[in-house]
Amino acid sequence: MTALTLTNVNKSFGAVHVLKDISLTVEDGEFVVFVGPSGCGKSTLLRVIAGLEDATSGEIRIAGEQVNLTPPSKRGIAMVFQSYALYPHLSVRKNMSLALRQEGQPKDVIEQRVANAARMLNLDPYLDRYPSELSGGQRQRVAIGRAIVREPKIFLFDEPLSNLDAALRMNTRIEIANLHRQLSASMIYVTHDQTEAMTLADKIVVLRDGRVEQIGSPMELYNNPANQFVAGFLGSPSMNFFPAGLVNEGDDRTMGVRPEDLFLSDDGPLLAQVIHVEHLGGDTNVIANVQSHQVTARLFGQHSIEAGQSLRLGFSAQKTFHFDADGLPAA
Amino acid sequence: MNKARTNPLNTFAMHGALIFYTLIALFPVFVILINSFKTRKAIFKEPLALPDTESFSLIGYQTVLKQGDFFLYFQNSMIVTVASLFLILLFGAMAAYALSEYRFRGSKLLGLYLALGIMIPIRIGTVAILDLMVSTGLVNTLWALILVYTAQGLPLAVFILSEFMRQVSDDLKNAGRIDGLSEYTIFFRLVLPLVRPAMATVAVFNMIPIWNDLWFPLILAPTEATKTLTLGSQVFIGQFVTDWNAVLSALSFAILPVLALYVIFSRQLIRGITSGAVK
Ligand SMILES: Nc1ncnc2c1ncn2[C@@H]1O[C@H](COP(=O)(O)OP(=O)(O)OP(=O)(O)O)[C@@H](O)[C@H]1O
Ligand SMILES: [Mg+2]
Repeated sequence: MTALTLTNVNKSFGAVHVLKDISLTVEDGEFVVFVGPSGCGKSTLLRVIAGLEDATSGEIRIAGEQVNLTPPSKRGIAMVFQSYALYPHLSVRKNMSLALRQEGQPKDVIEQRVANAARMLNLDPYLDRYPSELSGGQRQRVAIGRAIVREPKIFLFDEPLSNLDAALRMNTRIEIANLHRQLSASMIYVTHDQTEAMTLADKIVVLRDGRVEQIGSPMELYNNPANQFVAGFLGSPSMNFFPAGLVNEGDDRTMGVRPEDLFLSDDGPLLAQVIHVEHLGGDTNVIANVQSHQVTARLFGQHSIEAGQSLRLGFSAQKTFHFDADGLPAA
Repeated sequence: MNKARTNPLNTFAMHGALIFYTLIALFPVFVILINSFKTRKAIFKEPLALPDTESFSLIGYQTVLKQGDFFLYFQNSMIVTVASLFLILLFGAMAAYALSEYRFRGSKLLGLYLALGIMIPIRIGTVAILDLMVSTGLVNTLWALILVYTAQGLPLAVFILSEFMRQVSDDLKNAGRIDGLSEYTIFFRLVLPLVRPAMATVAVFNMIPIWNDLWFPLILAPTEATKTLTLGSQVFIGQFVTDWNAVLSALSFAILPVLALYVIFSRQLIRGITSGAVK
């Protein structure tokens, strides 16, 4: 069964057309990640799904039922906000149980569900504290707990980890992945973090300027990007683009090679002037100029390369992408 | 901790300045209080002396309690002040929420119109107000005063509160909507507690002028049954003789409730409950 279907959804704020003809489906139990540059409409799309904004046109179905006119609380969704948005004057327990009390659930059901969520998220010791007495990571877990107790059909996450520091972000990411496995619920997750998108998603939706650029599994998108934008957006460091003419005389297409597919080679086709080297221990990132085009090579292991020197880079022909002037793939 | 704050010299200077200011501000109150317990002669002979066995006298308080219906005046003032403050805060907050939360045609213009009252003193309209109150039959009722004071306080209340409400996180309100709270519940249970310091500020700003006002009670409700404390105290101030004992005692009485209200509101000012809601 499909958990969510969007058909030609549009959203305008006055004259500003923010979402343009968005159509997509989320299957039951699927983890879908929305990625895209800042301002492309990810949050707006999530808010339209939640019912916090009305779609200007188009249809939204949750579990097969049209919900365009259904208020947020009746849509069977729960949302986790980037800013946590905990109720400051309520204890953790009350924060988590408010929606259930509002629905008029019996007391024992509420207690049961709050206890379950608290156990899942290791929040037991904090149930009677107030949000101001918690750390950032604990607050985020409470926010997630508040979503879990509602047992929604779809979880909506809007950049839930962007306020956490790197180590905590990784832990919470793993926690969310675990949660998805345990609950086997549908989840929609907005982020502009590459790693979160690639590691969490069953399916990635790449957005640009309010349009869907491509939908697919992380590896599909990585291996077969639909256009130059998607190719450049996924993968870190991002794909190198340069005129194919640098390699083949007279070729007017744009060539793309991922940094990890470049290697040192004495007879490689690219003569590069090193500008900067990043030694990461396991990897070495070499940023270099090929004529006036900047390329990044990610070399495995440690290399004694220094800024200023020149070297030759090679790649295998199967690992290249070609795009025409419009950014579409060109064989 | 900030270094400048822990520097003992700075701390000393800061506290010195604050204590000095407090003394200046409290001095008149102190003088009123001590003199209200003295005989008329002692008040004029040595206004700054504390009452002693010889000069101690409760004559002022006795006059006040005998003369007119002092407790009624007191009650009238209390009713008018508290009711006006309540209405100012309720309607002010609701209007401010509508202006800050919902976009609708003309909302900017409406906000400007509501704020206009800050610049135009309501007393300019006294004649029209009196006309209005006479024709609606509200003249000589406490309602006349309550309505006028509410109107007088609303512009600033709307202005201050809408600024503060704009700062309440959208995510928090949206979380409430998703949890199934009605717009009214969101307003009363989420937004109001978060702007409580601003509400207290508005209350304190409005309270003193309302309590002390002589103009509107004199014009709109001068009957015995509706006199406020300020108006009631005027009987002791004559053109030729002023009963200073009674005036000072009446003033001492008048200070107490304002003090109590102020303590209630100022506690709200310093409550740090807002922290921890968002990031
Ligand atoms: N209430 C609004 N009125 C007018 N324009 C809006 C409104 N809300 C969002 N927008 C516009 O819609 C576009 C998309 O905003 P949105 O918040 O969805 O971006 P986003 O993809 O979530 O970006 P980010 O990654 O920075 O969070 C932006 O250009 C923004 O200016
Ligand atoms: Mg966003």
